[in-house]
Amino acid sequence: MGWIQEHMPNAYALGWSGDYGWGVAIWQTVYMTLGAAIIGGIIGLLFGIGLVLTADDGIAPNRTAFQILDKIVSVGRAIPFIIMVVAFSPLTQLIVGTTIGTTAALVPLSLGVFPFYARQVQVALLGVEGGKVEAARSFGATNWDIISDVYLREGRAELIRVSTVTLISLVGLTAMAGAIGAGGLGTTAIVTGYQRFQNDVMWTATVIILLFIVIIQFVGDLLAKHARHN
Amino acid sequence: MAVISLKNINVTFKQKKSEIVAVQDESIEVEKGDIYGIVGYSGAGKSTLVRTINLLQRPTKGSVIVNDIDMLQLSPKELRNQRKKIGMIFQHFNLMNELTIFGNVAQPLKHSNLSKVDKAKKVNKLLKLVGLDDRADNYPNQLSGGQKQRVAIARALANDPEILISDEATSALDPRTTNQILALLKQLNRELGLTIVLITHEMQAIKETANKVAVMENGTIIERGSLLEIFTNPQKPLTKDFINTATNLDEALVKVNELLTTQPLADDEELIKISYVGADTAQPLLSTIYADFDVTTNILYSNMEILTQTPVGLAVAIFKGTVANRKAAKASFSDHGVVITELQGGTN
Repeated sequence: MGWIQEHMPNAYALGWSGDYGWGVAIWQTVYMTLGAAIIGGIIGLLFGIGLVLTADDGIAPNRTAFQILDKIVSVGRAIPFIIMVVAFSPLTQLIVGTTIGTTAALVPLSLGVFPFYARQVQVALLGVEGGKVEAARSFGATNWDIISDVYLREGRAELIRVSTVTLISLVGLTAMAGAIGAGGLGTTAIVTGYQRFQNDVMWTATVIILLFIVIIQFVGDLLAKHARHN
Repeated sequence: MAVISLKNINVTFKQKKSEIVAVQDESIEVEKGDIYGIVGYSGAGKSTLVRTINLLQRPTKGSVIVNDIDMLQLSPKELRNQRKKIGMIFQHFNLMNELTIFGNVAQPLKHSNLSKVDKAKKVNKLLKLVGLDDRADNYPNQLSGGQKQRVAIARALANDPEILISDEATSALDPRTTNQILALLKQLNRELGLTIVLITHEMQAIKETANKVAVMENGTIIERGSLLEIFTNPQKPLTKDFINTATNLDEALVKVNELLTTQPLADDEELIKISYVGADTAQPLLSTIYADFDVTTNILYSNMEILTQTPVGLAVAIFKGTVANRKAAKASFSDHGVVITELQGGTN
């Protein structure tokens, strides 16, 4: 502790549980990451499944639906996240009632992450061999059976892998949102650290974010390995 | 009584600018208990044609009647129920890698009315039938190709179908495993009365199993008939091609040609292909023509198959004798129902 106090005085001064404390910042980052992962994840998963089903060679081909889903995802992915945060602030105001803070940040974070995840899910599910789908159709499986028992189950290791990638990029997005006042480790690194010339604070926040990513990658790899039988 | 009746089936695939005709106005009737072989090179449309049986491929035009039911008139739910009566196996097995062998075979029973105990009994019975009852808890990647196809067969039989469609099911297997799978299909045909539609690019597989054959090229059936008819009296060049490969005649002729380049035929020799149906015909004749016409024969290659209980033979030989005697000898063969073909320099 003495060493930290001496070499990283500003980081030490922030403390653990104060308004700008490390514990609070870490919790805010976890909250934003998981919150947006759940909301954006569900929307992205539905879009990804929709893209696979409605494609020309899907089990429920529908060109109009496919085009709509595809365009939403493409446009969503094309808008830079930092612009999305400000551009969608009226929507955030409408849904959450404020544009500042971690809960408000969930709106742009979910919007920012779902198109990315949708594409990842689409690619993961397209990796499931068409022959398996055909076999399922040949023995009378319903479309729901095919979604749950073929696409999602056979693609689950790949889904875990793309979820890991998405979660990691989401941690990056929370830091970006933090730069404009969402809170969390991003705010600590940029607002408290960089903008006030407290480099020790910036680097400490960076190392913690790095730890987050290492842990997510490790757990993701472990789960994917256990989910796979081939 | 035909269990499968495809009438005037057309299947066209729309590309951006052109249309590809995969099947052109083709009809086929499969009787109960048949093993109906459809042979053709890849791209001939055979896969597309049989996929219309369970409507995995909807025909652009035509009618599909299976077990007296007009498949094209069914609601999606009725179609799913009918599909359960038509089992299908594939070249690449298409098993679910994340399910155990037991789980794979149980999968088609998901919506059946059987109790959990009865389902387990049924799955175990099917695994026993295909000889894999000790592998129930394994995953597909722990099995060999032949074993995977056995699992796929068990899965295809889960709903007690009367029809089994085999789409190049042995094409990814080695020759020995291929024969085992074909033997299993024959056994199922015999014991369960299963009607089988077998598509393949290997005439060998058809020769081992089928009782009827259709040969497909460019979306149409160019020749069809009983296995015996097709093998003993093929009309179209493609059919002859397939048969020559299956009887190894092609390979034999290559060797005969090599031989003839080093030891050319003498003036009183000619190369003859002898084909016959039924036992005890050709062999005695060979000694008769020596006694009667002083024509000696040198057999370079011979092969015999038993096709639907009938022996079918084929030999390539050099006849040696005077022109008149050789002619008389050949006539004597023809009189006995043996087909004689003169091979020009070893080509067929």
